[in-house]
Amino acid sequence: MSFLDEFKKHDHGEVLDRIMSRTAQDVERALQAERPGIEDFEALISPAAEGYLERMAERSHRTTLQRFGNNIQMYVPLYISNECTNGCVYCGFNAENPVHRKTLSLDEIEQEALALHRQEFRHVLVLTGEAPNAVRNEELAAAIRKIRPLFSSISIEVYPMDVDGYRSMVEAGVDGLTIYQETYDPELYKKLHLFGKKRDFLWRLGTPERGGEAGLRSIGIGALLGLGNFHVETFFTGLHALYLAHRFWRTRVSVSFPRIRPAEGGFAPLYEVTDKQMVQGICAMRILLPDCGLTLSTRESARFRDNLIPLGVTQMSAGSSTAPGGYSHQDEGTGQFNIDDDRSPEEISRVIRSKGYEAVWKDWDAAFLRANVS
Amino acid sequence: MDELVIAGRKFRSRLLIGTGKFSSNQAMLEAMEASGSDIVTVALRRVDIDNPEDYMLKHIDRHRYLLLPNTSGARDCEEAVRLARLARAAGCEPWIKLEVTPDPYYLLPDPIETYKAAQILVKDGFTVLPYINADPILAKHLQEIGCATVMPLGAPIGTNKGVRTRDNIAIIIEQAHVPVVVDAGLGAPSHAAEAMEMGADAVLVNTALAVSPNPGMMAAAFKKGVEAGREAFLAGLGKPRKFAEASSPLTGFLRDEK
Repeated sequence: MSFLDEFKKHDHGEVLDRIMSRTAQDVERALQAERPGIEDFEALISPAAEGYLERMAERSHRTTLQRFGNNIQMYVPLYISNECTNGCVYCGFNAENPVHRKTLSLDEIEQEALALHRQEFRHVLVLTGEAPNAVRNEELAAAIRKIRPLFSSISIEVYPMDVDGYRSMVEAGVDGLTIYQETYDPELYKKLHLFGKKRDFLWRLGTPERGGEAGLRSIGIGALLGLGNFHVETFFTGLHALYLAHRFWRTRVSVSFPRIRPAEGGFAPLYEVTDKQMVQGICAMRILLPDCGLTLSTRESARFRDNLIPLGVTQMSAGSSTAPGGYSHQDEGTGQFNIDDDRSPEEISRVIRSKGYEAVWKDWDAAFLRANVS
Repeated sequence: MDELVIAGRKFRSRLLIGTGKFSSNQAMLEAMEASGSDIVTVALRRVDIDNPEDYMLKHIDRHRYLLLPNTSGARDCEEAVRLARLARAAGCEPWIKLEVTPDPYYLLPDPIETYKAAQILVKDGFTVLPYINADPILAKHLQEIGCATVMPLGAPIGTNKGVRTRDNIAIIIEQAHVPVVVDAGLGAPSHAAEAMEMGADAVLVNTALAVSPNPGMMAAAFKKGVEAGREAFLAGLGKPRKFAEASSPLTGFLRDEK
């Protein structure tokens, strides 16, 4: 059974009605359940749970400590191209935006990778836009092979591939996939993705499971917060994560809570997601899935990120640039969006330590996947 | 305390500790010190094994501790074997805590892949300490092929639930001719004492120390728990009985019989 079958069982309007009608009693029950299920999750992301944030945070904190220890795993994004043929109204890489386009050469990619390696990063997330003429699977695989001696874990956040495409990524040395659905509302999705391959909602919806079939070791999903209704988007994100964790039991599932940031094109969020709601979503996700990774990027402010560290987060990026060439100060392209927390990795790891956590730079080994690793 | 002997090598302490999940390397070192442990296990995924400057590798005194690399994160036999060989190639002693845990959620050990990997690694000259579910038959198989210990779990990793697999661990202890190290799930010194009282040769603890607000003090507490349990076992524990036993009301008359 694919996630689509599960997805079709839930009408968006009914989901919203259910969540809005959850009561304080439902929240209490969810908080007392040893292993809360999806109905409990509905209560935890409902307005009824807004008065329970401290208790939710407490449980989320305890569970995370138990399962992950006092550790925050550090990663960094590496953009290798901002060329894109899609028309996503919220994205700085939108094909219609008059931005400086750039696809890094293999040597430039290596320069970027070296700069990140010097900063101690060993987990890297490689990103591109979607432009078949700029970056194809073969080029991406070549880039991965070029940088893999420098990193212990390489994930990709690129255009969706078929299963064979992901298999070729695994062979090249990729162990993780990040792919955001952006919105789980098909109607809204159509309005936001005006042209290009990304317009195909169902192809994107099935992407994480194609990655799972190809044997990727970690899969990260998320909805871009600020597009659809927070409650409904968070519900479907949880449902999706639960589905993936059950079906691909050898793969670790991670969830991100990316909130829309100002970008080229000047898109304004359609739905304001508050800090409180972000916290509610993170804690509820932890309570639903005690072992899932929860990722926090530099989209958020320094202050907010610092406060989120003990609430359930397990992975954080630092010192990020969303522009191809942004680390080695080559002729860099325009960034995808403006980051908020612009502190250096060193500074952020100091803050993590001050919160009683250890910044973990290496928590994977390339040798898991590769026989002939250097 | 009497010495623990694994593969002919003697250790004073019967408490093994893990190095993951600590809030800082300093907290980890304090716990190691306070635990009195001689064996510390390190996840190969967490260290840069080829780099002598790696903090963990650099700060664990190898004259004092046996650095026992583990294959945490390995999904199958092939991955575990590859990791073990890399550790040895990088200069670690050929001892390996074999962990094959394909499910990243409960981290339960895969008996089939663990057995296959143990076969290869033993032949390869490794001293193999396999992490297993509390399965007495699997423990027998692993002993037969030359593993140096068996390490059954008390409860799933990180759960702090104690010796939930008590009945099967008792069978493993009864039948084992290699040391039995109860690994995983021990959340309190009393759990460690319980395992030792049952006759386990040692215990391995990590989460309970690492997530404690005071890892050093908790490590010292576990040390005492392990020692108390071991001494009680050696002294010979009285067996709990269902009924109070005053005399022999039914067969007392036989005493008079010459």
